[in-house]
Amino acid sequence: MKETAQHTKGKVSGIIANLVIVQVDGPVAQNEICYIRHSGTALMAEVIKVLGDKAYVQVFESTRGLQPGMEVDFAGHMLEAALGPGILSKNYDGLMHDLDAMTGVFLERGEYTDAFDMGRQWEFRPLAGVGDTVEAGSWLGEVDENNIPHKIMAPFKLEGQYTVKSIARAGTYGVQDHIAILTGHDGREIPVSMVQHWPVKKAVKAYVRKPRPFKLLETGVRTIDTLNPIVEGGTGFIPGPFGSGKTVMQQAISKQAEADIVIVAACGERANEVVDLFTEFPELDDPWTGRKLMERTTIIANTSNMPVAAREASVYTAMAIAEYYRSMGLKVLLLADSTSRWAQALREMSNRMEELPGPDAFPMDLPAIISNFYSRAGIVYLKNGRTGSITFIGTVSPAGGNLKEPVTESTKKVARCFYALSQQRADSKRYPAIDPIESYSKYLEYPELQETLNQQISPGWVGQVEELKNILLRGKEAAEQINILGDDGVSVDTHLIFWKSEVVDAIILQQDAFDEVDARSPLRRQKYMVDKVLAVAQTELAFDSYEEVNPYFKRVIAALKQMNYSEFESPGFRQYEEELQGILEERKPG
Amino acid sequence: METRAFQRIYTRIEQITKATCTVRATGVGYEELAMVAGRAAQVVKIIEDQATLQVFAGTEGIPTNAEVVFMGKSPTLKVGDALAGRFFNAYGQPIDTGPEVEGEEREIGGPSVNPVRRKQPSELITTGIAGIDLNNTLVTGQKIPFFADPDQPFNQVMAMVALRAKADKIILGGIGLTNDDYLYFKNVFENAGALHRIISFVNTTEDPPVERLLVPDMALTAAEYFAVEKKEKVLALLTDMTLYADALSIVSNRMDQIPSKDSMPGSLYSDLAKLYEKAVQFEEGGSITIIAVTTLSGGDITHAIPDNTGYITEGQLFLRRDTEIGKVIVDPFRSLSRLKQLVIGKKTRADHPQVMNAAVRLYADAANARTKLENGFDLTDYDERALEFAREYSRELLAIDVNIDTEKMLEVAWMLFGRYFSQAEVGIKQELMDQYWPKE
Repeated sequence: MKETAQHTKGKVSGIIANLVIVQVDGPVAQNEICYIRHSGTALMAEVIKVLGDKAYVQVFESTRGLQPGMEVDFAGHMLEAALGPGILSKNYDGLMHDLDAMTGVFLERGEYTDAFDMGRQWEFRPLAGVGDTVEAGSWLGEVDENNIPHKIMAPFKLEGQYTVKSIARAGTYGVQDHIAILTGHDGREIPVSMVQHWPVKKAVKAYVRKPRPFKLLETGVRTIDTLNPIVEGGTGFIPGPFGSGKTVMQQAISKQAEADIVIVAACGERANEVVDLFTEFPELDDPWTGRKLMERTTIIANTSNMPVAAREASVYTAMAIAEYYRSMGLKVLLLADSTSRWAQALREMSNRMEELPGPDAFPMDLPAIISNFYSRAGIVYLKNGRTGSITFIGTVSPAGGNLKEPVTESTKKVARCFYALSQQRADSKRYPAIDPIESYSKYLEYPELQETLNQQISPGWVGQVEELKNILLRGKEAAEQINILGDDGVSVDTHLIFWKSEVVDAIILQQDAFDEVDARSPLRRQKYMVDKVLAVAQTELAFDSYEEVNPYFKRVIAALKQMNYSEFESPGFRQYEEELQGILEERKPG
Repeated sequence: METRAFQRIYTRIEQITKATCTVRATGVGYEELAMVAGRAAQVVKIIEDQATLQVFAGTEGIPTNAEVVFMGKSPTLKVGDALAGRFFNAYGQPIDTGPEVEGEEREIGGPSVNPVRRKQPSELITTGIAGIDLNNTLVTGQKIPFFADPDQPFNQVMAMVALRAKADKIILGGIGLTNDDYLYFKNVFENAGALHRIISFVNTTEDPPVERLLVPDMALTAAEYFAVEKKEKVLALLTDMTLYADALSIVSNRMDQIPSKDSMPGSLYSDLAKLYEKAVQFEEGGSITIIAVTTLSGGDITHAIPDNTGYITEGQLFLRRDTEIGKVIVDPFRSLSRLKQLVIGKKTRADHPQVMNAAVRLYADAANARTKLENGFDLTDYDERALEFAREYSRELLAIDVNIDTEKMLEVAWMLFGRYFSQAEVGIKQELMDQYWPKE
């Protein structure tokens, strides 16, 4: 967007909930930010429609008490995020205002705080030299942010190539001090500080290319890593009715995933869930570095009682921050819970503007908006040859648990991993309730991923995963037969097939997110247990009647489960392993 | 709400619908309160000099030359200690014989708590009902509804929970309560000698439906006063939130808004969340816990009202009549308290989480066995034992007339495990089995 030369002013002429109509005296741009002056405060709003000299703006705050005639100042730019060192460990509202810097217990209208400490000093090391040619996103220097090398980059807004005219020497500088001066072809000089601004609704394109993802992103959740893996730079979504464990699932991933940076966008969800993160993350250790989880995490909280318009902004704010860190060559994991709330925010506005509705009263362009957003994820090769990635996982809260609704359907078209939470599994407390048969990871079909998996885990790994899936599928068929024909109406073999799939279910799929040991299962351990479970499935067992099968397999499962609960390769673990061996010996044929 | 000097008065109503009227006026603020021919109304839309007012009591009989007086403020409640023990209508006016309450005037529906100023809920609420305390433990600062069909005894259970919960204040928001239920609550609270810690805002079925929209905000404004200012543990009871949502849909319909699922307004989720999210645990010790009722039609939880509610609240409680034992139980399958993880095994005995899960799993096995039985299949010995376990479990623990402490509930569960199952069948962590498995 070209910045308007003079700042346009306007006056409020109509108010319908958080949609305000402003009579303007000059040019305004779509998505331009403006501030409505209301008894000493300025309420932030965004232009979403222009009709003649009327700008329709959505206000990011309660509009209580607004009156026609109140003055409006247009800012001349779109909704922007301030990007710079100090973002990590922060808790933001949907517009990237620092929640901790706000004073009261209650959120005051129009209290806008800086995204990070603008007075803070950082230890700066230059990475570029005088005379270097740079462009948007080039690394000029770095500071150490929570032990993560935070790159100070040439602003993303730059177009074309620039020459470094001067660069600061290593030393301590304030966030807003100039650390470099860049010269363009036309001789124009651009001073660069550690802070830059970026319009959050636009994708940062400061990279060379985006290959297909090819590297596993370990989450420590067996049913994901083993059966339907998510990859670095991949996209996934978790739809599920309420109570099926979406949030527990996402929290487990955010705690355990092998990422440098985790950004959680709590979008229109429960405040107490965000409080869980606030309370636990500063205490919990990052399993990858041993440092506190909070040090690598940023939380964007627009809880369900916070203003609706800011909810839509919150996911974009989160994505812009993710893109900023990706440009530093880092592995970023972005989680949004829940994208349905964001879609609902769009619906509320579309409704107030009296647009013709699409399915379920959602706006017609919902699928386009969703796919555009997911497409901002991905692994990229930066201009300096390094890689950076954004892995995006969103939850979807389908109305009535029905997956044939617009948000789920639009998301299914773009997200490559589908983790279907099943009410039936949740009801029988089989957590995580991800349905192994309905769910998929398209990445598992990528030859480039298959190759890295076989290398990283063990040769033939993908084959083993296929075998697990087969056992589950055959088990499901056997269960149906048993249900129809009765226990004694089917052969003992059918019971065996069923119970072998139960072993896979209980030991590989089910995982206790609240047990210290079982909550996170590293890849090596997953591999070990997969071998164990497959060995059980391949063991020939002899039974005289079906009645012996059920109690026998309950013992098998109990022993394997105790292994899951024990420290890997500890004496306890070995003891249950031996116990299992004994149980298997009992039924050796002959 | 008497008129005072210098208030702006208008007499040109240009449009009247069943719930709204539009008047030409200047200097009107959004959400401002007004009196239209003596009836309370609120500004819901302003286009230039035309203000649309939602008339709470309905527009029957309002003429186009009616007097419209703007009050210069949004709806308020006077808060103070004198609220305790009193009964009010949807506008916060006394409906008992007592005097007007004097106190600080506060706008209802005020701002949200900054999420970083909340504390993680960690204080257990005990009710003595095992279906709640054992399987779906409640925590202060939680919000949870009963999902119930209209014929179920949800108001009775709610009153019982409220009285046993050791709250400093109980605030009843009666939304379209029948007169009988209103009197029931009044009697129960009176008989328990608890009236001094109860505050009621009541809209009965006799009152206009749109007035109901004010009740939850009134109740929660009072709750916030006691929780913030007095640092008290406040329990807010909202019954029935389905009628609140119905009132929302009436208004949005009158304003020609495009309905989304089940004729509900597209903003239903945000509207409900704004209320439920008032549930909070403050750092200073005060808390607001919300127990609500959402009535279902024929047990259908996919309807927009329970569906949106389920996504907002921290779990839900289902009541069900167990025909085997002839009693109402708290359904262990469909009920859920999301915050229980914060207290069980921490504020209660360490074996609590595993015992709870094992019992529900075995109860599920019994349900499968019952299906087998109904389909005419033979039962295994395990099935028989599971069925017997389920009957005992239902009678001794799930029934709502149980009133024992949590420790006792765990003991009963272990006793039943030992009576009907082997250790391998129960499948709890071995160290816990070693400690609690009943000795012969």
